[in-house]
Amino acid sequence: MSIKRIKTSIIAAAVISGLIGASAALAADSQFVGSLVYRTGPYAPGGIPWADGFADYIELLNARDGGINGVKLELEECDTAYNTDKGVECYERLKNKGSTGMPAVMPLSTGITYALLDRVVADKIPLITSGYGRADAADGRIFPYVFVPPATYWGGADIAINYIANQEGGYGNLKGKKIALVYHDSAYGKEPIKTLQALASQYGFQFSEFPVPHPGLEQKATWLKIGRQLRPDYVLMWGWGVMNATAIKEAAAVGFPREKFIGVWWSGNDADMIPAGDAAKGYKSLQFNGVGSDFGVHKQIKSELYEKGKGSAKSAENTGEVAYNRGLQSAFILTEALRGAMAEYGNKPMTGEQVAWAMDRLDISADRLKEVGADGLFDPIKLSCADHLGKGRAKVTQWDGSKWVAISDWIEPHATMLRSMYEASAAAYAKEKGITPRDCK
Amino acid sequence: MRIEQDVLKILLAALLLMAAIPWTAGKLSSDIFFEWPFFFEVAIGGLLAGVMYSLVALGFVLIFKASGVFNFSQGAMVLFSALTLVGLNELGVPIWLAIVFTLAIMVVLAVVIERVVLRPLVNQEHIILFMATIGITYFLDGFGQTLWGSEVKLLDLGIPNSPGLYFGGQILINDFDLVAALIAGILVISLAFFFQYTRIGRALRAVADDHQAALSIGIPLKHIWVIVWAVAGIVALVAGIMWGSKLGVQFSLALIALKALPVLILGGFTSVPGAIIGGLIIGAGEKLAEVFIAPMIGGGIEDWFAYMLALAFLVFRPQGLFGEKIIERV
Repeated sequence: MSIKRIKTSIIAAAVISGLIGASAALAADSQFVGSLVYRTGPYAPGGIPWADGFADYIELLNARDGGINGVKLELEECDTAYNTDKGVECYERLKNKGSTGMPAVMPLSTGITYALLDRVVADKIPLITSGYGRADAADGRIFPYVFVPPATYWGGADIAINYIANQEGGYGNLKGKKIALVYHDSAYGKEPIKTLQALASQYGFQFSEFPVPHPGLEQKATWLKIGRQLRPDYVLMWGWGVMNATAIKEAAAVGFPREKFIGVWWSGNDADMIPAGDAAKGYKSLQFNGVGSDFGVHKQIKSELYEKGKGSAKSAENTGEVAYNRGLQSAFILTEALRGAMAEYGNKPMTGEQVAWAMDRLDISADRLKEVGADGLFDPIKLSCADHLGKGRAKVTQWDGSKWVAISDWIEPHATMLRSMYEASAAAYAKEKGITPRDCK
Repeated sequence: MRIEQDVLKILLAALLLMAAIPWTAGKLSSDIFFEWPFFFEVAIGGLLAGVMYSLVALGFVLIFKASGVFNFSQGAMVLFSALTLVGLNELGVPIWLAIVFTLAIMVVLAVVIERVVLRPLVNQEHIILFMATIGITYFLDGFGQTLWGSEVKLLDLGIPNSPGLYFGGQILINDFDLVAALIAGILVISLAFFFQYTRIGRALRAVADDHQAALSIGIPLKHIWVIVWAVAGIVALVAGIMWGSKLGVQFSLALIALKALPVLILGGFTSVPGAIIGGLIIGAGEKLAEVFIAPMIGGGIEDWFAYMLALAFLVFRPQGLFGEKIIERV
């Protein structure tokens, strides 16, 4: 090797190592954010808009504010394909990334949530499950690293009955009514049953259950039983993926009125309504976030990202989808927790433990929502050491043939009854796992 | 088609049991609502669903007949063809032209599969060919979504989805199911005719018996394989159109292969009529079980019941109702 070549090699090596050093320094100053998404697999139609909403909010903060308090956010997605083992693999891959590791994990799957419950305690990383996962994790004394705002399935079931009671002119008129539940035959689908049974005995309505085996491509027999035999006054649905559209079509096929068919939020994605076509018109769904894109935050996303060709979704038109708004909300909860943690620990990248501290004190007020342009899009959330849920409210929305329209205000579930159910279930979990509840006084 | 005596006996016994068990369940349990019009409504709904299962099962039968290989990728072919059809339509191609283009693409796909995957594996063990079809499945699933995206797509053929009341307003039948069954029926009859009465059909059967023997009497194996994969591709497209307009065109379409498996077990892997009759029995059987037996044991049984029903038939006909009896000299 000639002397000239050696010189060139040394200079090149110096330049490369300098660049690596610079990027390492940049990484040390930025906050790593890991996002478990499913842009592939059978449930991708619901996963893609969520991932887009999450990514857009993070990018909005970077583009508009330079991150949070000057700390740039560095987003990395990992595709789980809604598969539990891949989800755990993603978590393990991302948890130590960045200078402080992953500040929180939002697995977007009840299966992955259950698989991570012990790991997050060991790793001191908060697990935030918005509208899915374990409802009893609302008891923060037993689940210090699990947070379930803004709503749980048990609360959802209670809200649906509350809405039906309202339609019927009060709880007193529920006596003798027939309410059926069509559910995905899995741990997720069975979640509302206990609550609905408790409400049925309390208010005297007849409650019937109709499990649908996964994936729910064929439901003719189920709907013949419902529509031609039982003929209920209302049908609730805890469905998932292709099961939702099939159920709505079969409801139409037996002539069950869609106006009396109410799904939980996971049965209320735009992607579920498209294949159902005209059959979906009039169908209702609970949502724990507002619908549409007429909010300040959407306008900012459009001007800061989509007009500059930096948006994640296919086009700005997709930014109003329900699942997109859920992704926005998850990113908002996480970044508000990061702000809270920085207020306590300083403007630098936060660790999972610091974010868990902030989640225990999360206070997203109505004023704060107005400030960020999300007034009416999200419900205020106030958590505490013992309460990892908040009010747990949701709205009822209706599909008008092309979009969701909110037809109720925020509905609050029976907080006292549900809280005692959460505490009883969490206590049983603590006993099984040998957990000593932390002192929240 | 000549039906063996014992097959007839099994079919008659099955029909009797299908009526007797729900009737008895209705008498024994207050949870079960049994009335003859409702029974027939469920049975007809099941038969119509069964025709849709047959449509998927046919694709498997075609390839198994010609190569003795269970084509794991049939479900992925259904998804790929439907995605291509809707994708072309979204690009502005009129639907009829998109169907023609998709048919052409499925034929090209058959040629590519024969050249790249099957030809190098002639005379290999069937399990090797089966493994190769697993590879094709993953390729088609991924390639289809990369090309056309993972979002749900609407495929609206304008077939009404409204409930229709028949037999004096006592029996409800969905119009979409009737049209779908009609289309599937036409396809099934055409294929049965193709296999029974054409030279290619006979050549296909010869290839199925023995690759080398078929080659030695001048049957061009590679052409036969291209033809059969192309026909299976066309069947996949028809299944994709019908199931896609029912469920929306999305990844879950690939899962309908699961509904075809019990049909194949029951009907036999080598018989087109077997796929039809198997589909009808599975469709009606699982729906009747879900409505008249499930309430006694908690519900949600129709998927596994279909497999159990198919296995029950195997006790009496191990080769499936219409499958070929394998006799080998030892």
